[in-house]
Amino acid sequence: MRPVAVVGIGKTPFGAFPDRDLRSLAVEAGEKCLNNGHTAPSQVDAFFLGNFAGPSFAGQNHLAPYISNALGIHGVPATRVEAACASSGSAFFHAYNGVASGVYDTVLVVGVEKMTCQPTPKVTEILAGAGDCAGEIKAGSTFASLFAMIARRHMHQFGTTREHLAAVAVKNHANGALNPDAQMRKVITMEQAMAGKPIADPLNLYDCSLISDGAAAVLLAPAERAGEFTDKPVRVLGIAQASDFLALDQKPDITTFPAVRRASDKAYNMAGVGPADIQLAELHDCFTIAEIIAIEDLGFAARGEGGPFTLAGHTARTGDKPINTSGGLKSKGHPVGATGVAQICDLVLQMRCEAGARQVPRHSLGLAQNLGGTGATCVVTILGTV
Amino acid sequence: MSEATGTIYTETVVYSATEAFAADVPYQTAIVALDSGGRVTGRIISEHGERVRIDDRVSRMEVRDGVPFFRKIP
Repeated sequence: MRPVAVVGIGKTPFGAFPDRDLRSLAVEAGEKCLNNGHTAPSQVDAFFLGNFAGPSFAGQNHLAPYISNALGIHGVPATRVEAACASSGSAFFHAYNGVASGVYDTVLVVGVEKMTCQPTPKVTEILAGAGDCAGEIKAGSTFASLFAMIARRHMHQFGTTREHLAAVAVKNHANGALNPDAQMRKVITMEQAMAGKPIADPLNLYDCSLISDGAAAVLLAPAERAGEFTDKPVRVLGIAQASDFLALDQKPDITTFPAVRRASDKAYNMAGVGPADIQLAELHDCFTIAEIIAIEDLGFAARGEGGPFTLAGHTARTGDKPINTSGGLKSKGHPVGATGVAQICDLVLQMRCEAGARQVPRHSLGLAQNLGGTGATCVVTILGTV
Repeated sequence: MSEATGTIYTETVVYSATEAFAADVPYQTAIVALDSGGRVTGRIISEHGERVRIDDRVSRMEVRDGVPFFRKIP
């Protein structure tokens, strides 16, 4: 396996864009990325698309060649990867393997989701398709309610509080307010975050990520050739994908995500670093409790300490372990299939010192954690400029 | 040991549901650790607004379309 670098990034803003369809969003991100990596469509050896539910949201299937050909990328393998909210993290993982193994040199990965074309109850139903439809979903579970049951158990076992959950939302909104591409650029107070409309006890509106349209793209190339594309390459130092049970009631312990632990163990080993070395991270805060558990599963804090760690300010932009400086899924937005690649883009922005008002001073080693469903898929990526 | 009784492992009250469950809102779902072993996701019957909490004992009253409905054992 040979070293691989991210040599181009491109994103659309995230938000509700009634005049934009799935293809135009994906093409915008892809074109920005190719331009950023000074690469012509004809130089791309393979195309990977991360998308969760294009067929359900937009009625279009066979999406990978649909997008690649619109980008002017003709003839090469074009493959869609679906892994719920980890779709584009997984697409990135498979693209990485293609370059690392020497099968491809230049690979474009695009993640996209167009969600706001459906009313909220329908969006809730489509998202529920990432759970076990014959069991938990049939019993009336939504994704918010599955994470609510996780939160309830975490509170019971570890004393996590509503205030801990709210601290995640307040922090991520404060970051998103500084991100020009974020969907909800709004600072919220602790009082607001504590008193949101109930969605599924103990989670309220402010604990839930957004319904979004958007796309993100990255270009991968062998590290030894990175200089041909960019003067600011970022190396993929470690990456792993892992899986677990789909249904929450099959998991022995729902207060931890074994797939996150497996993927991060592998990625840390591959990169030769540990949790204490990571300087900034983009974590999958689909719900506030998910960020708290990710903090624990990734080893940033001990089990049960993710809430107090957040409330104490460690994960703030000015803290010693900044998490979700982009605003996270909570404030930046969560176009499901775009999220994994968007996390990579946001880390690269920080590592290139291009993150504007939200730039952090220590940015040479970053980690992205992309979670699918209630933890049935996880991709962990460690990026470095060293 | 019965499949029809168990202990609440975790629970939630759902306020925002899909179209199929909109008429039932708010309703409680729970993961029940069955006395016979294993866990199952089911609904909590609360005709009079009863709610269950973690560690409460419940009994399965019926199964509708494959979904178990439990009620708190007083």
